[in-house]
Amino acid sequence: MFDSASIIVGLEIGTSKICVVAGEINAAKALNIIGLGQSRSRGVRKGEIADAALAQEDVRNAIVEAEQMANVEIRSVYLGVTGNHIRGFNNHGVHPVPSADREITLEDVQDVMKNAKAINLPADNTVVHAIRQHFHVDGQSGILNPVGMYGARVEVDMHVVHGLVDRLKNGIAVVKALQLEVDEIVFTGLASALALLTNEQKELGSLVIDLGGGTTEYVVYSEGIIKHTGVLAVGGDHISNDLAYGLKIPLGRAEQLKLEHGSAVLDGTCKGQTVSSPGQLGLPPKSLNLEHLRRIMSLRLEETFQLIESELSHLGLLDRLRAGVFVCGGGARIPGIQTMAGNIFQLPAFPGKTNSISGLKSALDQPEFATAIGLVKFGSLQTKLKPASGFTEGIKKTFVEIFRR
Amino acid sequence: MTASTKKKSEPPIKKQLVIKVFGIGGAGCNVLGYAADSPLEGVDIMAINTDAQGLDACAAPVKFVLGAGRTRGLGAGGDPEVGRAAAQEDLEKLQCFCSGADIIFLLAGLGGGTGTGAAPIIARVARETGALVLALVTLPFEFEGGRRQLQAQTGLHQLKAAADAVICLPNQKLFKLIDEKTSVVDGFKISNGLLAEGLRGIWRLLARTGLINVDFADLCSVTRGRHASSSFATAEASGERRAEQVAEKLAAHPLLDGGQILSDADSLLVSIVGGPDLMMTEIQKLMAPLSRQCENANIILGAAIDGQFAGRLSVTLIASSHCHDGVPASSPPPAPEKVAPEKAAAPEFVDSAETTRPVSRFVAPPPSLSEEKREQLLKGRPGYSRKRPSRLQRELPLEIVFKGRFEKSEPTIRHGEDLDVPTYIRRGVPLN
Repeated sequence: MFDSASIIVGLEIGTSKICVVAGEINAAKALNIIGLGQSRSRGVRKGEIADAALAQEDVRNAIVEAEQMANVEIRSVYLGVTGNHIRGFNNHGVHPVPSADREITLEDVQDVMKNAKAINLPADNTVVHAIRQHFHVDGQSGILNPVGMYGARVEVDMHVVHGLVDRLKNGIAVVKALQLEVDEIVFTGLASALALLTNEQKELGSLVIDLGGGTTEYVVYSEGIIKHTGVLAVGGDHISNDLAYGLKIPLGRAEQLKLEHGSAVLDGTCKGQTVSSPGQLGLPPKSLNLEHLRRIMSLRLEETFQLIESELSHLGLLDRLRAGVFVCGGGARIPGIQTMAGNIFQLPAFPGKTNSISGLKSALDQPEFATAIGLVKFGSLQTKLKPASGFTEGIKKTFVEIFRR
Repeated sequence: MTASTKKKSEPPIKKQLVIKVFGIGGAGCNVLGYAADSPLEGVDIMAINTDAQGLDACAAPVKFVLGAGRTRGLGAGGDPEVGRAAAQEDLEKLQCFCSGADIIFLLAGLGGGTGTGAAPIIARVARETGALVLALVTLPFEFEGGRRQLQAQTGLHQLKAAADAVICLPNQKLFKLIDEKTSVVDGFKISNGLLAEGLRGIWRLLARTGLINVDFADLCSVTRGRHASSSFATAEASGERRAEQVAEKLAAHPLLDGGQILSDADSLLVSIVGGPDLMMTEIQKLMAPLSRQCENANIILGAAIDGQFAGRLSVTLIASSHCHDGVPASSPPPAPEKVAPEKAAAPEFVDSAETTRPVSRFVAPPPSLSEEKREQLLKGRPGYSRKRPSRLQRELPLEIVFKGRFEKSEPTIRHGEDLDVPTYIRRGVPLN
């Protein structure tokens, strides 16, 4: 029915759920979300595969659901990767302009980018993304495209996201085992930011925090470019675990209480209130202190935000976030989370809303799906970057890509 | 008030403080021996004991056999009642000794007969003559038995009511200072030495006018009216890193229980004496850890320059804390001072050098002790010091936290903290 080449699928193997979003590029060259599949994730801890067999089963279920909904056959996916091992840092590349008239050519730009990508990483690390930031020509900074300009020296800043090869391969292997191809791996924080932010917000400066089940990713955009990325292997699971430990209840019950009674902010109203938890194995129902529940929860969330805040303030990025903080992921559903984020970062905080993508409204409005939608958007941008190439060239490029990896 | 004392205190203008030191009982006289090693200038030293033999062995220049009529100079036999009776007998003479002094130090070892019984009486007499009274006492070792402990606590209680300030050194703490092979003689030598050192430190603090002056009123505000023992410590160092060294020594000082006393302290008096080369940064370096440790305490800082201390730095610390175990404050509310009318009319604060003080001051009667009170006192003795949670240092929780779901996964470590452990546990937030 559909030409599979124009189908772009994003797969996020998350800690709490696996999410597949299928999109197509319609006649107007715009991205349209046509399918959504999800399944509970059982084989993932802190964003990394812990049980490949279980994860594979869950991914299959989600893919099948998305295929049925979109009525397409999924052959390849853009895979979101995350985990504590993923790090982002800024690198710098320098290249002297050799030509006599000192005009900067496309080759010079390619050379300087190559220099910036030549990073001294540990042997078991690999680059996930190398994203161009700004060029500098003879010390003049903030140049977006130096081709055709004159100068003796061209420099470039790159933001490099890297991770451990083996851990990244784990996720790819799960997808490959299902006879699916991986178009590209994408850092999930980056994908979320792509889904949420408009160009204007990127320009003004925004912080995207994806409060996931097992990890929290954060990405800083400023002046239209990525300034910083990071992962904190703390998420909703930790809140449930804290509650289970602190209130002495089973983990499943803690999860349920978190969803029903959880809040990020402690207000006076919860003082002295209790919530009852149904008794286990015939025991009488247990009444739990609501204030304790909220305190445990808010302390954990506060700490998570504070860790991010201290990192960003250390890098001097807090003053550049003029658009504010955007919170997505399952954690964005916690009541009062925006207030808390606003208080800690001293910035306006908003729930993350996907934008500039059309399609299933039900999928687009959920903060949990921001990452998977972002993956599709990432895919659509990749295909847009190489539209002119013919079929053979496309194949050749794919091979080149494969060999490069 | 006898006529003789009135006559003696007639000339009210004194440039120099008259300080007298009384060693009371066996231990007190022994301490005097140490204090006399390097004479304190302008200080009259006197040994008072019921035991004439012990008094003979004492190096003090002036000696007095207390209650010679009653005990015939044979000692009090470890009974405070005998000591008290002996002091009562010689009240008039004691008044004579005390008169004319501005500050009187009492040195005594509590727990025995003379020190325990006579010291409160002498303190009372001394206060009645108008002097400010500061008692430096030792409490017995625990091996000396429960009876002596009880006697010591009772004596301390009475002394606190009678004297302006009491600083005590529980001998039991000396065990942290000595090793296994220390002889008994050396052990008591250390105890006496420490007391003498404390005396010297406080004398210096009072007698020398410092850059940042500390006077007796400050000392009293730290020690008086607190129903808990004050502790003191002195440390000295020289050389380049003297400030750091002194701070380290104080932090590790056995008499401060390794800093525990400091963090429990409600008020703290710090007296720094250095040579002309004392630097501002040194005071800062010294005070920074102290004030961090005693964040709740009222800190009084004194600093003095002494030519003899060139290249050296000496610090005397007096810390005291309120009692929180429900024992009501023993000292009666301060009675309005009885000021003779002609003295009150005199402009007391016109001349700062003029140290006019009312000759007689109201001294509360000795507190009567019920059986319960005795029990409480015994419980409150330093060997059984209460444990208050220190706000200074959070130790690693010994409770092993089961990390539940994350037990087997790779721990998430940030800034040395395991983030898998619930935040409220790591931050020590109580869930009552």
